[in-house]
Amino acid sequence: MLELSLLSRRHFLQVTAATGGGLAASSLMPAWAQSGPDANLGGLRPLSGTEYLLEIGRSQVRIDGQSGPAIAVNGQLPAPLLRWREGDDITLRVHNALDADTSIHWHGILLPNEMDGVPGVTFPGIRPGETFTYRIPVRQAGTYWYHSHSGLQEQLGHYGPIVIEPRGSDPVAYDREYVIMLSDYTFEGPHRVFQRLMAQSGTYNFQERTLPDFLGDASRDGFMSAVRDRLMWGRMRMNPTDISDATSATLDYLVNGHGPNDNWAGLFNPGERVRLRFINASAATFFNIRIPGLPMTVVQADGVNVRPVETDEFQIGVAETYDVIVTPQDDRAYTLMCETNDRSGYARATLAPRMGMVASVPPLRPRPTLTMRDMGMAPNVMPGMDHSSMPGMTHDANVPTAPTAGMDHAAMGHGAQGSAGGMQAHDHPRGPGVAGVAMQPVSRLHEPGAGLEDVPHRALAYTDLRSLEPNPDQRAPTREIEVHLTSNMERYMWSFDGRRFSEVVEPIQFTQGERLRLTMVNDTMMVHPIHLHGMFFDVVNGETSYKPRKHTINVKPGEKLSVDVTPEHLGDWAFHCHLLYHMHAGMFQVVSVRAPVTSSHHMHHGAQ
Amino acid sequence: MKPSTWTALAWMIAFAAPVAAQDYADAYYPPEAMDAALEAVRHETGGQRQFYFQANRFEYRSDDETQSLAWDINAWYGGRLNRLWIKSEAAYDLESGAFEEARLEALWSRAISPYFDVQTGLAHDFESGNGRTHAVLGIQGLAPYWFELNFATYLSDQGELTGAAEVEYELLLTQRLILQPRAAVSWSADAIPDLDTGSGFTDIQAGLRLRYEIVRQFAPYVGVEWTRQLGGTADYARAASADPDTTALVAGLRVWF
Repeated sequence: MLELSLLSRRHFLQVTAATGGGLAASSLMPAWAQSGPDANLGGLRPLSGTEYLLEIGRSQVRIDGQSGPAIAVNGQLPAPLLRWREGDDITLRVHNALDADTSIHWHGILLPNEMDGVPGVTFPGIRPGETFTYRIPVRQAGTYWYHSHSGLQEQLGHYGPIVIEPRGSDPVAYDREYVIMLSDYTFEGPHRVFQRLMAQSGTYNFQERTLPDFLGDASRDGFMSAVRDRLMWGRMRMNPTDISDATSATLDYLVNGHGPNDNWAGLFNPGERVRLRFINASAATFFNIRIPGLPMTVVQADGVNVRPVETDEFQIGVAETYDVIVTPQDDRAYTLMCETNDRSGYARATLAPRMGMVASVPPLRPRPTLTMRDMGMAPNVMPGMDHSSMPGMTHDANVPTAPTAGMDHAAMGHGAQGSAGGMQAHDHPRGPGVAGVAMQPVSRLHEPGAGLEDVPHRALAYTDLRSLEPNPDQRAPTREIEVHLTSNMERYMWSFDGRRFSEVVEPIQFTQGERLRLTMVNDTMMVHPIHLHGMFFDVVNGETSYKPRKHTINVKPGEKLSVDVTPEHLGDWAFHCHLLYHMHAGMFQVVSVRAPVTSSHHMHHGAQ
Repeated sequence: MKPSTWTALAWMIAFAAPVAAQDYADAYYPPEAMDAALEAVRHETGGQRQFYFQANRFEYRSDDETQSLAWDINAWYGGRLNRLWIKSEAAYDLESGAFEEARLEALWSRAISPYFDVQTGLAHDFESGNGRTHAVLGIQGLAPYWFELNFATYLSDQGELTGAAEVEYELLLTQRLILQPRAAVSWSADAIPDLDTGSGFTDIQAGLRLRYEIVRQFAPYVGVEWTRQLGGTADYARAASADPDTTALVAGLRVWF
């Protein structure tokens, strides 16, 4: 049994002193996040070892010359880079120097439930002045991160990277590595942002369709076509420009705590293989990432190695991580361009052979607009309404049929139900919180994300990902649970199955050791990064025994996708949209992993 | 009943069903601490309440006869489904220094569908000598094609039944320059001589306001509003040598927070 460690402040400081530099110096920017030759994993050390002291407190952040309030860990934003080793048992004492409760959740780390760090679900939280001791047996390797799971603290800077070195040799070879931690920050304050979104959900959208846009569409597509398009969206009271609700109108976008003008820079020698560990620690922002002139080889997603795949651009959802290898050959600077998916702003960094070199920053591309497919309606229902291309829709191998106990892997991967199939059932409450449902949701795993469908270069999709190692559990799932992502944008209500967490009656129940298929249907008009604590998703993307394994998966609007899971650790696990304001509005549930009732029956649950 | 019984009862009413115990953590942490933390998380994960204030119109009006100050102000407090609304509409004649009309409403508002709320409560007209209190039943929301609608019927303490309907639309000329057409119509079931009101439709209004959102929350505007009194109400106006047909220029502020 693990206990709450209650250390007095004085005791804490003594421990700190004795440990020697657990609390770093006063510099807000941690060494690893600083620009230059010593950046990241260069001359200055990240925190490593098996014993850590982290202090969470108020601080100030400075972005492109402007200063604002922040929550920092050890006085740093982003928080210190924790460098663990696979196989170690580590201890982290986390002291709360705030005047409010706090917590740390270890995102993507598989650990005992009581160490997961979700207030109200896995522990009571860390009270002001208290110190909580986390003990984590590290049994995995890769790039992960940690962040607050209390209130809206994440938006204020309470996040940091974790790099776990593999126990054996790393299959990924590289000469140099950098953590690229993307985030967003609001000078307005997250509570104000949330209030404004609740009051008027379009507050921050300054890319709406205007009268001149209408005239432009009318001259391009014909007057009646433009009118029909406006009427169609108007009839549904849906806005095709709702790509993102919190935009650059309130957010600043950061790379390792640096604004675009602060321009974080990492150095390389031409010809080196440079590993970039991208982590999207944003509260509300998806990024499209590219390095003009430099192809990227994706080698890891969400901490799990994948078969190397080369691409020119990829979309990273909130809480996802991607490791890529780049091999810049030329003696020139490269811009690491991280454009928000609504194209309202960008984060930016530079890779260069020497400090002070910069490359041009490409202009923001036009924002994408949603289509009928985002509404979960088959495009053939309304011909002429969908202007985007539909690659791969003719043989849709990824939407599974309801599984039966006897199914094999091949059958699971190649269900017959596709985009032309029947109507989607909706067995959840509708009511004021559900503005619409996807009538004919389809698999969109082969799509790179809104706005990347027609870029003139390669763009990564989930179907490009293949686990490097075979999946640890290759059993066919024996039951399926379907969860619907629901919302009413006008009221800024976000929920699962029509119920905000404040209204939820029952947790979702998993059984320890079972192989289960979780199918998600997105009834909303926005993409949601769905994160389940305590276990990994084996993404049913057409692979059989090499499914990519993820802790967070983007479910696109109008999409129906499936992941297979094997719950191992007993306990209650948070399951939520990682867009902080959506979670705060109610898009959160608990998955309760229970022990099997009897050993002879636990693998034979029927389809729900 | 003991306080704990009340708490349990309130909990059941609030959520209509018992909450499943998330009890695994109770083996590691004090159950009371877990319960309190869960309650807090549930509240801040969809159960929040907030306050909202909007001066939809706060304007100076000038027509051939009068100069006045008028407002249409709303505020609400509550969660996502149930709210207390306070509404106020008034016109203050700057020349006579008196209110032409002044109404204050307190309404309970309940979301009944994704886009519509039912509102019920009390309204009071502050008119010297002719003040009235009304029971109100209304519906407010967003109709297809983005029309903001508000219908309300009023039953006064004198037994008079009246009503009003209002529709607004927003046309984005640019991201910040917004044209807002507005139309409203009022009616009365019976003639109300005390108030110079005839039966049937009493007046119709049509307005056009052009605002510039410096920030979303703060937008100055200019506009024009045409009002026509109808039927018996127009007769009362003529009898008082007033023009039943007026066109006013308006300039004002739209503010919310």
